[in-house]
Amino acid sequence: MNAATRLKLPPVVMPEQDPAERVHNVREVPFGFTPAMAVQEAQRCLQCTNQPCVEGCPVGVRIPDFIQAIESGDYLAGIGIIKQTNLLPAVCGRVCPQEEQCQKDCTVGIAHGDVGQAVQIGKLERFLADWERENHAAVIPQIAPSTGKRVAVIGSGPAGLTVAGDLIKLGHAVTVFEALHMPGGVLGYGIPEFRLPKEIVYAEVAYLTRLGVDFRYNTVIGKSLTVDEVRRDYDAVFIGSGAGLPNFLGIPGESLLGVYSANEYLTRANLMHAYDENSDTPILHGKSVAVLGGGNVAMDSARTALRLGAHRAMVIYRRSEEEMPARKEEYRHAVQEGVEFHFLQNPLEVLGNPEGWVTGLTLQEMELGEPDESGRRRPLPIPGQTSHTLADIVVVAIGNNPNPLIPAALPSLQMNRHGGIITDEETMETPIPGVFAGGDIVLGAATVILAMGQGRKAAHAIHALLMRTTEIASN
Amino acid sequence: MNTICTREELGRNVVRYVVDAPLVATHRKPGQFVIVRVTDHGERIPLTIADANPEMGTISLIVQSVGKTTREMAMLRSGDTIHDIVGPLGRPTHIEQFGSVLCVGGGIGIAPLYPIAKGMKEAHNHVITVLGARTHDLLILEDDLRTVSDELIVTTDDGSYGAKGLVTDAIRSLVNGGTHIDQAIVIGPPLMMKFTSLLTNEFGIPTIASLNPIMIDGTGMCGGCRVTVGGEMKFACVDGPEFDAHKVDWDSMIRRLGTYRTAEQQAAERYDHECRISLDAAEAR
Repeated sequence: MNAATRLKLPPVVMPEQDPAERVHNVREVPFGFTPAMAVQEAQRCLQCTNQPCVEGCPVGVRIPDFIQAIESGDYLAGIGIIKQTNLLPAVCGRVCPQEEQCQKDCTVGIAHGDVGQAVQIGKLERFLADWERENHAAVIPQIAPSTGKRVAVIGSGPAGLTVAGDLIKLGHAVTVFEALHMPGGVLGYGIPEFRLPKEIVYAEVAYLTRLGVDFRYNTVIGKSLTVDEVRRDYDAVFIGSGAGLPNFLGIPGESLLGVYSANEYLTRANLMHAYDENSDTPILHGKSVAVLGGGNVAMDSARTALRLGAHRAMVIYRRSEEEMPARKEEYRHAVQEGVEFHFLQNPLEVLGNPEGWVTGLTLQEMELGEPDESGRRRPLPIPGQTSHTLADIVVVAIGNNPNPLIPAALPSLQMNRHGGIITDEETMETPIPGVFAGGDIVLGAATVILAMGQGRKAAHAIHALLMRTTEIASN
Repeated sequence: MNTICTREELGRNVVRYVVDAPLVATHRKPGQFVIVRVTDHGERIPLTIADANPEMGTISLIVQSVGKTTREMAMLRSGDTIHDIVGPLGRPTHIEQFGSVLCVGGGIGIAPLYPIAKGMKEAHNHVITVLGARTHDLLILEDDLRTVSDELIVTTDDGSYGAKGLVTDAIRSLVNGGTHIDQAIVIGPPLMMKFTSLLTNEFGIPTIASLNPIMIDGTGMCGGCRVTVGGEMKFACVDGPEFDAHKVDWDSMIRRLGTYRTAEQQAAERYDHECRISLDAAEAR
């Protein structure tokens, strides 16, 4: 097939659960590609020599190579190519913002003048990962001979899992300490089941366990074990303790009953399965839920509210549709499901009744001014333009700070003004020798793939450090 | 999984468990707590650590059956397991030689008060303890507290034991009788802490209260345990659980504790109903 023919092929539409039906369940929304669909989509790839997609991938997956493997029907080879650089393809294929990364500079999208026409790299990645899991085709890779070195990984989120996977293959002993009773970090407590089935996360963890990674749950480093104890018992430490305390707006009424941080709302629903009536963890079932914010977490919260039985779910965002940071696909899914979007509205106050329950919000209408330091146009209040809206649940989804526990337990770490651990950008090493950090504990609230990218860099540097000390010891 | 070593009924609906939890036992300090999940579908509930034995690797947890989860936990016998225990969480109590320290405990709050009073005594303070209970058979750990206190006063609401009245009545008589107090610490039901705090504020006694808000992860992630202290938002799991009692917005905290009251009552009733059905079924066999 020549390039001109390939360019004429339309993007394959991935089938999805009907919106009217899916708001009543927590099952995954997109069904995935059939092999025929995957091959058809793979045929759209031009196999460019300059590979702009690989440039756009934070972990440098050899994208054209795995797509070619799909086209030739060799799925085992395809997943093998991805797994050389990406440990969690089933996760990344679902939650990565591909339109801002690999798919952004795809030649096919550029040729059509529309990033929406790019080769659907993420969906193809997901296809291979699902194929591997469903067919129990995971190949146990060659593990290097034991180096006798021990690495402690703090947190089992995307950064920690990447470090663990990379280092176990290189022959180091790896222990992952997880504070919660379940693995996955934000993949488990934050991202909803309908977007990332937990079974997928557990399968990835089971795979690492087969490779020899030791997972210890219910263990909070800095509390259950001191950081010094961990440093004494391990040759290197990676801190991937993730996101922490949620931001609030600091407006009146945030202590009213029915005001949740998105972290709490989603943790109750996801980690604790509050959507299931057999779960012991309660969650408030509002009729009208207002979500404040415009990121993926806001989309997740509004869509979770519908699945918990809300008649009305609103996303209230102070800028316009164009500036909204949520992925297009999440936005589209939310709109399909009936989530209302109220743009250019800034909450001034959460209103409550005398018993202390939320009744609504006072909103300030905004307009866009000059660009601010983020490059987005700054929202400015329009004097005198305020309104009220009714809501019985308010979910604040305006981001969070890095988790405060490890920084508090290790005062010699240096923190940036957002509470993130300061590291070397290339090695992810902190000023404390042998202590590395990556993911949301460094970045604040970022993405799964950026966390994995930092995990990969840290794993490289940890390996180099451990091999160096091995050489010194044997000399 | 954590194995229960011993189980002991301390009072009506109050059980003391000694549980295997080596990391918690060797790292905990007075004032800290754990989060417990009794079963694999259970909720995460914070429980204060009443005592620990680092050599044996065990901790003591004292549980009062109030809701479904605590009732379910109270059914456990020695040899049974608790699905998850994580901790120690929260900041430890600030213990130093203050001089004369007033330790005030109410109801189940007496359990976490014990290690704090003990710590204060070991730091060479003069420890005055005031314990309050609704009625005599709800009073716990009186003998334990007595061993670490220089003075101990018990009050019961109904006068069935000790002095009839509230802990605030006892504190008022102490202060009016000329007792000097450098530092107070209060742990108990929120209303009792609020009124104790109002009183010690009146007397100008610096007071620490240990708060027990709703919590999920307990590790500084979910933000569910937020409380207003001195006009600022604080998170009990990482900034607390102890705060300057005179700065706590008690009314807001007490209100937030009631968020799930309806759901909790329904769950407890359903649980009791199911237990009765299974008991009836067992008897019918």
